[in-house]
This record gives sequence, C-alpha cells and structure tokens, in this order.
Amino acid sequence: MSLFLIVALPFFGALLPGVMNSAGRQAVGGVTFTVTLAAFVGLMTNLPAVLNGDLVQSGFNWFPQLGLNVTLMLDGLGFFFATLILGIGLLIIAYARFYLARDDNMGEFFTYLLLFQGAMVGIVLSDNVLLLLIFWELTSLSSFLLIGYWKHLEAGRQGARMALTVTGMGGLAMIGGMLIIGQIVGSYDLSVILQNRDLIQADPLYVPALILILLGAFTKSAQFPFHFWLPHAMAAPTPVSAYLHSATMVKAGIFLMARMWPVLSGTPEWFYIVTTAGLITMILGAVIALFKHDLKALLAFSTVSHLGLITMLLGTGTAFGAFAAMFHILNHATFKAALFMSAGIIDHETNTRDIRLLGGLRHLMPITFIIATIAALSMAGIPFLNGFLSKEMMLEEMEHTYLFGPEWLVPALATFGSLFSAAYCFRLIGHTFLGPKRDAESYPAKPHDPGAGLWLPPAILATLVVVIGVAPFLVENFVKIVTAAVLGSAAEVPDAHIKIWHGFVTPLYMSIAAVVGGLIVLSMFKPLSRLWEATPRPEAKTIFDDIIAAFVMYARALILPLHNGAFTRYGLIMATTVVAAGYHAWATGLIGPMTREVQPVGWAEVGGWIMLVAASLGLASLHHNRLLALILIGIVGLMVSVAFVYLSAPDLAMTQITVEVVTIILLLLALNFLPNHTPIESSIWRRTRDVVVAGAAGLATMALSYHYLLRDAIATPISEFHLANSYKGGGGTNVVNVILVDFRGFDTFGEIIVLGIAALLIYALTETLLNGPVRARLLNRVPDKQLSGTQHPMMMVVLTRVIMPVVLMVGFYIFLRGHNEPGGGFIAGLIVSIAVVMQYMASGFNWASDRIRFPYHGVIGTGVLVAGLTGIGSWFFAKPFLTSDFTYVRIPPFEKFELATAALFDLGVFLAVVGAVMLSLESFSRLARRAHVKDSDNPMDVDPSLLDEANSPKGGV
Amino acid sequence: MEVLVASAVGILTATGLYLVLRLRTFPVILGMSLLTYAVNVFLFASGRLTIGAPPILTDGVTTYTDPLPQALVLTAIVISFGMTAVVVMIALGAYLGTNDDLVDDPIDAEEEDAG
Repeated sequence: MSLFLIVALPFFGALLPGVMNSAGRQAVGGVTFTVTLAAFVGLMTNLPAVLNGDLVQSGFNWFPQLGLNVTLMLDGLGFFFATLILGIGLLIIAYARFYLARDDNMGEFFTYLLLFQGAMVGIVLSDNVLLLLIFWELTSLSSFLLIGYWKHLEAGRQGARMALTVTGMGGLAMIGGMLIIGQIVGSYDLSVILQNRDLIQADPLYVPALILILLGAFTKSAQFPFHFWLPHAMAAPTPVSAYLHSATMVKAGIFLMARMWPVLSGTPEWFYIVTTAGLITMILGAVIALFKHDLKALLAFSTVSHLGLITMLLGTGTAFGAFAAMFHILNHATFKAALFMSAGIIDHETNTRDIRLLGGLRHLMPITFIIATIAALSMAGIPFLNGFLSKEMMLEEMEHTYLFGPEWLVPALATFGSLFSAAYCFRLIGHTFLGPKRDAESYPAKPHDPGAGLWLPPAILATLVVVIGVAPFLVENFVKIVTAAVLGSAAEVPDAHIKIWHGFVTPLYMSIAAVVGGLIVLSMFKPLSRLWEATPRPEAKTIFDDIIAAFVMYARALILPLHNGAFTRYGLIMATTVVAAGYHAWATGLIGPMTREVQPVGWAEVGGWIMLVAASLGLASLHHNRLLALILIGIVGLMVSVAFVYLSAPDLAMTQITVEVVTIILLLLALNFLPNHTPIESSIWRRTRDVVVAGAAGLATMALSYHYLLRDAIATPISEFHLANSYKGGGGTNVVNVILVDFRGFDTFGEIIVLGIAALLIYALTETLLNGPVRARLLNRVPDKQLSGTQHPMMMVVLTRVIMPVVLMVGFYIFLRGHNEPGGGFIAGLIVSIAVVMQYMASGFNWASDRIRFPYHGVIGTGVLVAGLTGIGSWFFAKPFLTSDFTYVRIPPFEKFELATAALFDLGVFLAVVGAVMLSLESFSRLARRAHVKDSDNPMDVDPSLLDEANSPKGGV
Repeated sequence: MEVLVASAVGILTATGLYLVLRLRTFPVILGMSLLTYAVNVFLFASGRLTIGAPPILTDGVTTYTDPLPQALVLTAIVISFGMTAVVVMIALGAYLGTNDDLVDDPIDAEEEDAG
C-alpha cells in the first residue's frame, strides 16, 4: 500500500467514530479497529521491501517554495515504529472498547485516538522535517485531547494542560533546531540531511541546533528535567496511558534522536548531554517509582526510567548502544503496555489502583496475575524474558562507558538504577498479587478476572515477551535491520548476537547484583518508605504552577493597562503609535525629488472641496444631532463620488453613489432604534486630546498623500500589463471590470463570499435578537418619533412602482455593458437592490416580502455558486480555475456581439451583491417590523379601487 | 489638484479619527465611514491623479489612468458596506440588550480588581 495512504487512513478514519456514535459501541469500536487494521495490513505489504533494505518513498509537492513537501519514506526504523504504533494500536482499541464505561463518549475517544495514531505514523514515515514537525505538533494536540478526555476530572484537565505546555514548548524549540539544520544543509529532506554529517557537525550552529532539537526530544520523551509531566498525564484513561505514555508518544522523542543519530551523534556535546540526561532520568525514575503507591504512577515513573535507559544508550554514540536501544524499545513496548493494561484491569475490577489497598489478588484474578507477573519479571530483568536480554546489553554497553568521575562510576550507577528497577517490579508483583488474600469487604470492589476482551490484548503482549525472551534469534535479524536504518552511513551494524547466555562476564554479575539487591531493598521497604516520606523533595507540580502563575502575572501587568476593554483607549493607542512610527520613517527616510506636474485647479473643484471639508468638519462638531450627521455624511459621500468622476474613475463613482444610498438607508433603519441624540460626556480636556491626536493623524496622512501624489512609483507598476492585455486577453475594453472579473477574478470570488457571510451574520444576529430576551422589549417598544400620518404615501407608492421596471432595465443595461463601458455586476447589483428597497419603503414590508419569490440567502448562494461553477468550468478544458474565454457571435438581425465566460462570473457577482444587500436591509427592517404595533397588510393605505368601501386610510398610529 | 486631494484625505482622516474616539456607538460608526472614505481615496490616489482619461480602451487614445487601484477600491467600497452593516447590527444588538450605546466595556473596573 502507498505510504501516503497508510498515513492518511487514520486521519480519514478519524471522521467515522464520531459520526457513528449513535450506531452503538460495538460499531464504533469495530470501525476504528478496521481502519487501523487496514493501515496495519498496508504497512505489512511493505515488509518485503524493508527486509531487503530498500527505501520505500512516495509523496507529492506541497509548498515547494518553502521546501515543505509531503514526502514520505519507509526504512527499517520507520517500519519498526509504525508497526509498534499500529500493532499496539490494534490491541489498545480492542481493550478500550471494553474498558470505557457506558456513559463515556466512545466516538469522541476513538476519533481522538485515530487522530493521534495518524499523527504518530506521520512522524515516523516523514521524509521532510517540516512535515515531521507538523505531525509532531499534531501529536501534542491530540494527546492533549486524549489526556483530558475525562473532562470532569480536574486532574485530567490540569495534566493535559501541563503535558501540552511542556511538549508544546519543546516542539517550538525543535522547530528552531530543525530550521537551523535545514539552513545548514540547504534541504529539508531527511534523506538529504542524513547524508551531511560532516557538514552539520562542522557548522558553528551545530550546538544550538543540537540543543534545540534535544529540547524537543527530551520534553516529548519525559527526560530529566522535563520528566515531571508524564506522571500527571496518567490522569488519562488507562488505554491512553498504555498507548501514548508507554508505547508510542513518549517514544517519539527517542525516535527523533534515533532518526537524527547519524548526523547529530558522535560529538562530545551529544555524548555528554544525552548520556547524562538519560542516566539521571533512569535512576531518578526508578527510585521514585519504587515509592509510588498508585499503580499507574509507579508504571509512569518506571516508563520515565526506561526512556532514560534508551536515551542513555543512544547517547553513547556507539553502534552497539544503538543496537541495544532499538532492542529495548521493542521489549519495553511489549512488557510495559501489558503492565498498563493489567493495571487498568485491576483498576476496573477493584475500583482502586492503590497498592496499599491491594494484595492477595493472585487467588482472585489468576489470569491477570500471570500476565502482569510475566511482564513485570521481564521488566525486572529475569532470564528467559525479553527484558533480561536488553538489560544485559545495556549493562554491557555501560561497562565501557566513561562519563565522569572514577571509571567504575557509570557501571555502578547503571547497576544501581537496575536495582531499583528490579525492586519496584518485585513490589508490583508482591504487594498487588502475592501476600494473604484480604477479606472480600476490604477491597473497594469484589475483584475477579475480566472478560476476554480486556485480558486478551495484554495476554498477546505477554506471549511476545516470553517468545522473544526464549528465542531472541527470531527478532535478531529484524532488530539489526532497524539498527542499520538508525546508523545510516555513520557506522556499521555490530556483529553481536542477542544471546541468553554470554558466559560468566561482568554484565551477568551486575545483573545478579541488581536482582538480589532489588529483593533486599523490597524486604526493607517499610523503613525505606518512611525515610522517603520524611525526605523533603521538590514537588514539580507546585513549581510548574508557580512558574505559570508568574507568567500570567507579568502578562497581566503588561496587557491590562493597554487592553482594558475600553475601545477608545485602543483607538488612541493605535493612532498615536501609527503616527509616531510614520513620523520616525519620515524623519529618518529619504524623500526623492518631485517628478510629476501639479494638475491645475478650477473653481468647480475648489467648490467641491469646500463642500466636502465643510461637511466633514461639520460632522465632527455637530455629530450630537444624529439625523443631521447622517445628512452631512451623505454630502461627504456624494462629494467623494463626484471626485471619482472628475478623476477618471467612472466605475468607482457609480459604485460609491449606489453604496451611499444603501448605507444611508441602513443607518436610518438603525436610528429608528438608537437614540437620536449623542450626549456630551467627555470633558473638554479629553476632547482637546482627541482633537490633537486626530489632527496629527490627519496632517500625517495629508503630508504622505501629497508627497506621493507628486512622485512616480519607484518600480514600474503592473498596470501597463492590464491595459495592454485587457482587450486581447480578457475581451473587454473596460479595464477595471476586466480586472475584477478576469485578471483578479479569484479575489473578487473571495470578496463576494465575504460579503455573503457578512449578510448571513447580520441575519443570524437578527434572529438571535428576535428570539432572545430583547424580543419582548422590541414588541413593547413605543417609537420615540412621531410616525407619519400615512405610512405608505400614495405619491411614493405610485412613483416607485412606475419607476421599478425602468430601474431594472437600467440595472440590466449597466450589467450588460459592464465589460466594455463603466458598469458591471457590482454596480448593477446595487442598482437593482435600490429598486427593490424602494418598494419596501414605499409599500411596506409585508407587501414587498409577499412578492419576493426567492429567499435572499438563496440568491447569495446562487451567486457564489454561479461564480464558482464558472471558475470550475475551465477545469473541463484543462485550464486553471477561473480561466476566462470569450468569442464574438452574430445572430441576424443584431450586430455582432461578444459572449464571455466573464459575463457569467459577473452574473454571480451581481446575484451575490443583490442577495447580500437585500438580506442585510431586510434583517434590519424585520426588527423594525416587530417593533411596530402593526404593519399594514395592504399594498397601499389608499387603494383607489376600494375607495368606496373604506373612506379613511388604514394604519397610522 | 494634488493639494486638494491630499488635504481632503487628511481632513477625512482627522474627522473620522476624532469621531472614532467618541464614547457612543453611532458617532464611532460614522467615524469609521469617514475613515473608509479616506482610505479609499488614498488607495485610489496611489494610481496618481489623471483627469479626463478613464480606463476604457478607446481607439486612438494612448493615455489612460491607472486601472488597478480602481479595481481594488471598487471592491473595497462594496465590502465596506458589508462591514458597516455588521458593525451597525452589533451596535444595535448591544444597545437593545443593555439599553446603553457606550462603546467602552463597563466590566473593565472589576477585571482590574480581580487581577
């Protein structure tokens, strides 16, 4: 199966469980399992190629300009991890199906799980580091959702946040590191990066890159000092802990170190940082784990410890270390997932995970006892189980490792860690299963073995533990292929064999010491535990919370004074900042010489200017009278339109003047509800301040405009292209319209969608108002202005109806000629809207809306659809979206005329504009309509044909 | 002519900004409309001023004004209508919901106490 499909399957599959939630738990679990199984089988089809040592690749270009491409590759390492992720995933899904309680939302759980699974598979199969980073972040996000799955648990929410904070910060650091590596090598493809070991290690930026990448890996894999988040993430449901926090996500950091091993390892920096961190983590985790009473916390710290062990092995930088690390990853995944699932079973059946409340369970839960014992003994390093083999290899490697201090120190410390590791394993078995059986009442619930659905998945893993432990040669070849993929061209695969018996060599004695020591430590558990409780220790959660609280405090101290909810303050801050920045640019920049002639000014222009300035200054000083302000702003708009006509922009003038009409109508409708008068509230000081700021901004824009109006652009504008190609390429002589519907058609397409969304938003807000608590107020509202004696004056009714066909005709004409003369879809749409609005105004809402055959939402949708389909149409001619075409036809007796696809697109624009404008205005009117006591149902108050029956006009208040 | 256009942009900006800094929703909306005019004219003027040469291709004419800013401003004008309508609707909803049309958030003081 194509690699792309393997990665994509879980993502697409993630849609299913959520959708199928009502189909029942069996179906949801089944579909999740099937999806994972399909990906797993697909992965297995690539097994022969991997065994041959081939590199399977697939992908396509995504953002080649950024070096970000969807390129995937599968080698031994990727295959190994993908098998772990999907294989253990299958077991976890089966287990989770029976683990989750009836009132847990199973669809949600499996959706998150599949998202996570897809992201993990993506990480291990990525060939492009940028793609890898995307998947990396996706695992952080999806694990956040999974850890916090039980939203009602405070611990779960906090643990999820902590995990996201720590791994998210690490991910951020890693992005930096990867970008540096990419810059050094000149490519973001791993296959290229991995070939450039010398180039990278010689670069002065190698150390920063290494540290940044290791920050990402250490946070993800819970290495010291970032180990603290993992135990808190254990508040997650047990399947999540077993999957994310033992088998997969925490191994992502390990995977990354293994992946980058050929180019990053082998330097002193790598050796000291990675080995030391791993060693500390291993010992610290093991010691803490011993004293944890919560089964899952114990397992969590033991995971931390084992991850430290693997990190330490990778840190040594030797081929044998990498070999041992890969083998231990396999072993750890099997025994730890089995242990987590056993812990989940115990929790499920006894309602507690506190070891102190358990004991003697071997009589009550024999199956669980056998599974957990095999897995725990393997973890402790008992022969004939797989944990023993890799632990031996680790000790052998440590025997030759010199880090600091006396030569025996590292081997001794490694043995010390193993000793505690053995001790907590024995404690897990001894204090949970062995010992006297308690009275039935003393367990929180009566324990018994669960159904096969819960014990079968860990049993399969326990079988693997034994099989690998007894017959390691079965997997040796595979582990070597994986190791070869890790080593790349940097080192040869070691010749060593995985053997149970090496003879009487030092690692064996270290191993024996660890096991015996572990038993001794456990026998002294009670005094040791008291000592541990008495020792003061830093509590990671408190420190973390304090740091977060400090950040929040500083952020508040910075933001609150600036961002206090006062709109005027933002406006003031923004205006002064922009003016100051502009002034700085002005004072420090260079201003070129004047290159353009000043255009002459006549009296008419000065007259228009005076009207505009007078209206806007009047508006600022007289805005307290809101109706007057509306008239003044109308004058401003009119003068702007006139200026557009004068300055060779007929299209703009027509648009401006039509928009002006609908805007004023809109504001009038709003004023119907808002107070008519703005009170004078601000002090004279405040007004002076605002005048100063506004004046400065005005002066600044004026100076800026004046200076550039008299200078040509530095670079040649692209407008020449549009002028030259408008007729030849677009088939129209109105260049502005051709730009809108052809050259920049995609922009216009986006703009009509925005316009449509704005109208729908207004509609939605109106609906909310009409159905909310405001409704009562609207219904009881008494209009504050005296209503007109005749709501629908006859003169206006007659006039608007007579004029309607004429206006529609004008709109049609403007639309048709748009391609060659001023006009087009936007302007025609506005004109037609005005024609329809006039009917509403003159004849009343009811009358007009009764005669509307199409809902305005539909009109907007049709417009967008027509425009979109026109664009898609070009695909059928193997052209890119929105490629236009035109031709000239002649149907006698008409003159020759043009048919252009751009006209269809313009039709879409037209419809969208009509729909959007009408829907907005109609929504406002609906508010008003409810507000009035009663709207007249008659077309006009005076119906000439009924004059005999009704002498007095209806309506009016 | 350039002085007239530049000063018109300046005055529209100044009056618009002054109104935006007022405390009630309606003058703020008017101020934003004025700012919209200012911005539109400013953008339009980035094609420089040409009199009597509309961008309609005509035989024998070689001088045209810059059509590109015009196309940009045309859609900007239409979109600004949509934006104004949405803002007016929000202002109206706020007024009907709280019975005042102040733009500043009155919770402000409490927040600072809590912080």
